[in-house]
Amino acid sequence: MGAAGIMMPALPAFSRSVSAEALLEPGLDVAVKKRLADAALNAAKSMGATYADVRIGRYLNQFVLTRENKVQGIINAESFGVGVRVIADGCWGFASVGDARNEAVVAQAAKTAVTIAKANARLLTEPVQLAPQKGFGDVSWKAPIKRNAFEVPIKEKVDLLLSANAAAMQNGANFVNNVLFQINEQKYFASTDGTYADQDIHRIGPNFTVTAVDPQSGKFSTRNSLSSPMGMGYDYLQVNPADKVTGVTTRYNKGYDMLEDITAAAKQAKEKLTAKSVEAGKYDLVLDPSHLWLTIHESVGHPLELDRVLGYEANYAGTSFATLDKWKSKDFNYGSKQVNLIADKTQLYSLGAVGWDDEGVKTKKWDLVRDGTLVNYQAIRDQVHIIGENESQGCCYADNWSSVQFQRMANVSLEAGKTPLSVANMIKDVKKGIYIIGDGSFSIDQQRYNFQFGGQLFYEIKDGQIVGMLKDVAYQANTREFWNSCVAVCDQSDYRLGGAFNDGKGQPAQSSAVSHGSATARFNGVNVINTARKI
Amino acid sequence: MAILTKEEAKKIIDKVLAYSKADEMSVSLSGNRTGNIRYARNSVSTSGESDNLALSITAVYGKRSGTATINEFDDASLEKTVRRAEEIARLAPENPEYMPMLGQQKYLDTKTYAESTAKIDPEFRATAAFNSIDPCRQKNLTAAGYMEDTTGFTSIGNSKGNFGYNRSTGVDFSITVRTDDGLGSGYANPDVNDVSKLNTKATTEIAMGKAMASAKARALEPGKYTVILEPTAAVELLQNMMRSMDARNADEGRSFLSKKGGGTRLGEKLFDERVTIISDPMNEELPLSPFGGGGGGGRFGGGGGDGLPQEKRTWIENGVVKNMYYSRYWADKKGVQPIPAPGGFILLGGTQSLADLIKSTEKGILVTRLWYIRAVDPQTQLYTGLTRDGTFYIENGQIKFPVKNFRFNESPVIMLNNLEALGKPVRAGGNLIPPMKIRDFTFTSLSDAV
Repeated sequence: MGAAGIMMPALPAFSRSVSAEALLEPGLDVAVKKRLADAALNAAKSMGATYADVRIGRYLNQFVLTRENKVQGIINAESFGVGVRVIADGCWGFASVGDARNEAVVAQAAKTAVTIAKANARLLTEPVQLAPQKGFGDVSWKAPIKRNAFEVPIKEKVDLLLSANAAAMQNGANFVNNVLFQINEQKYFASTDGTYADQDIHRIGPNFTVTAVDPQSGKFSTRNSLSSPMGMGYDYLQVNPADKVTGVTTRYNKGYDMLEDITAAAKQAKEKLTAKSVEAGKYDLVLDPSHLWLTIHESVGHPLELDRVLGYEANYAGTSFATLDKWKSKDFNYGSKQVNLIADKTQLYSLGAVGWDDEGVKTKKWDLVRDGTLVNYQAIRDQVHIIGENESQGCCYADNWSSVQFQRMANVSLEAGKTPLSVANMIKDVKKGIYIIGDGSFSIDQQRYNFQFGGQLFYEIKDGQIVGMLKDVAYQANTREFWNSCVAVCDQSDYRLGGAFNDGKGQPAQSSAVSHGSATARFNGVNVINTARKI
Repeated sequence: MAILTKEEAKKIIDKVLAYSKADEMSVSLSGNRTGNIRYARNSVSTSGESDNLALSITAVYGKRSGTATINEFDDASLEKTVRRAEEIARLAPENPEYMPMLGQQKYLDTKTYAESTAKIDPEFRATAAFNSIDPCRQKNLTAAGYMEDTTGFTSIGNSKGNFGYNRSTGVDFSITVRTDDGLGSGYANPDVNDVSKLNTKATTEIAMGKAMASAKARALEPGKYTVILEPTAAVELLQNMMRSMDARNADEGRSFLSKKGGGTRLGEKLFDERVTIISDPMNEELPLSPFGGGGGGGRFGGGGGDGLPQEKRTWIENGVVKNMYYSRYWADKKGVQPIPAPGGFILLGGTQSLADLIKSTEKGILVTRLWYIRAVDPQTQLYTGLTRDGTFYIENGQIKFPVKNFRFNESPVIMLNNLEALGKPVRAGGNLIPPMKIRDFTFTSLSDAV
């Protein structure tokens, strides 16, 4: 990500540009989708498939892009098609077809999938073992949105972004890039198990970068928004005092105040220019949920994906230190007793929440790490037998109708502390520490041992007091040492979600959106480096 | 059939432009066919193929533009899509940075297409995968790999009379080989336009050699070391730096090329005098699309951009910054010629091989791959990341033993000042990169990862 850069979510494959109004047109009627799905399932079975599932997907995206007082672009895109996955001769096969609106076309895709499965079966070392799954009949699920973002006039969105940009410029910013991403996945799933699930998934992500420049010194600094992408509608942009967490800077829960945050960001970007450069060494870190979500994502979410543990991602994302023998020992100490990490595909307002996953499993919540001990992984139907279970955990996902579904990360979160503890009281006990807010640079090795994280805002803590802003801060740690250095987690009243729109995995690469919740947590004696350089 | 000829493409584009009632109209017609095969644990996991053909129409009224896309090509559908683009444009907000479309341009005839790649079928992919898996099975090693082939074309045209067409092919193959005890890992990742230049067995054998040689690595203290970076290791750091050479960011004071007191560092010597970086779409080893811009050309020569022609350009010459990218808007504002970002770049080197570089090293570390590289500070181009898939200690001109992986924090700008030697460039990640010897490369911690 460059100086002016904001990470753009990629448009789904085969997206076509449409008008904003087209995003509000209804997709195919459920009865039509069911007819198409049955055509695919019957064709697959007639060709000898022992299992088949079909996903009929309509993916709608709207991006509003601005900088300073200009609208740089408005992108409205739609992608529609059908993906069919089968097991034949013990092997997976997959085929997809765009703009499929009649039975013959989807039946042909099913036949192609069976042909591919049979062709590849000769290269298999063992047949696919699929965990049994009962059929749920006709079911549906809808994201808990109060205001559909696609129904909000473009003008209202542009006005919000440009007024926020103006506030940034008035408060000392030299530049501001401000974007709003809105996504609606209309997914219909059907399988030979007898499930027909119609789901309506919404996500929203406001995101800005404010830049302050000091031409005299030739230095610049940035501050990104403290918003999070959410599984919500436009209601996320509804200002609500109850969703604000005040302190050294305001942070947000389920309602984001863009004007307030961008005003603070402009002032803080300027303040960063003259902030004290950190002295490298060991510090106690107090990590806000707007920061900690990314550390959870990289050092817990990814290493506990069973496909990585087994080696299926060895050529791309990597494998995992959390090998099966460690899990089998039942006493592998992942973190301190305070550390409870949970996977949850049902969490309200999260990016990963759905009713049924992309292989017809009803979603659920389960423990990964309990009282510091590794107790489980994230696994799907063709893997769960390896960890001795006979039901999938429901975390199978494909990013598009044209992509084949595979194991993706559930929302993975750190449970809030059971004992009442506020952030102010947590900081009070810290002698030499750094309070980090917002996510920044991130990097971790391919087995998830060694990581380095930056942030947006760094405050020095001395003898229980915040004494000023720091810059050039990054911390390096080993996953197990880090989670074992966790000495306290604030209570539920501080619990908030952070998240990623664009978690990449697989070849060809697929993107998925996932949230991570936590309350502010304290980690003792973490190695902090100074990142200042001269060129 | 997703791959149209130049004549077929021009016929459709001309038809679309004839329907236009807008002030200006541009059309981009592109198609591709991609196929892939993925394997892990010495067994095929997924495989697929897809065709795509899409026409994108942009209508402009004044400074308002609208785009509509279609994949049906009958007259009624084309006209309907033109009207849709015009309707979107009328409702769009003005873009004060809009630049009028380019008139007729002259494009180079680059050699980005190879018939051998266009002919790849599922059987070819299965055989390529088998040739990679089989030698690993025989040596009790585990292969995880991926091959993706693409054949495509892009054609652009507009109401000011411009027209361009380019066909391209590409193959990306990557292979990771791990020892059964999980203590060794090796990697190889060639990319070619012409699949006849790819041998998956020979490539896998390189990764196998690294996997076996990297097992039982010893820990060295982190710190500053002389390193030899193989091209696969160096490419991403250099590519990140090259992608940061945008003139507007530099003028605005938010780039490593911004100058203290204002302005840019164009014309300044920022690197060792042996550093010369060029781009050349006609290079035989790295042919690139003849047009592109804005976001740059595509990895395999695709990408329409705004139609600026790609030419041979020098970005850094003998350590001096010679050119930056100028969008058409920014170039107009600054009174200079627009320069598109290149689709790939070439760091000129010498004639020495990797083996020669190792031979001339008294003490150092051979880095074969860097991984999870992320920007830490865009001001100084500081990046962090880790070594992966084979890192080795060199003493008295010989590889002595494998070492555990390191995390690094380093800037390619500093790296290209601490240059000891450059070898012969080879293609890596869509660029031509020499193996290079760098002193004082900064490793900040150790990783247990294999």
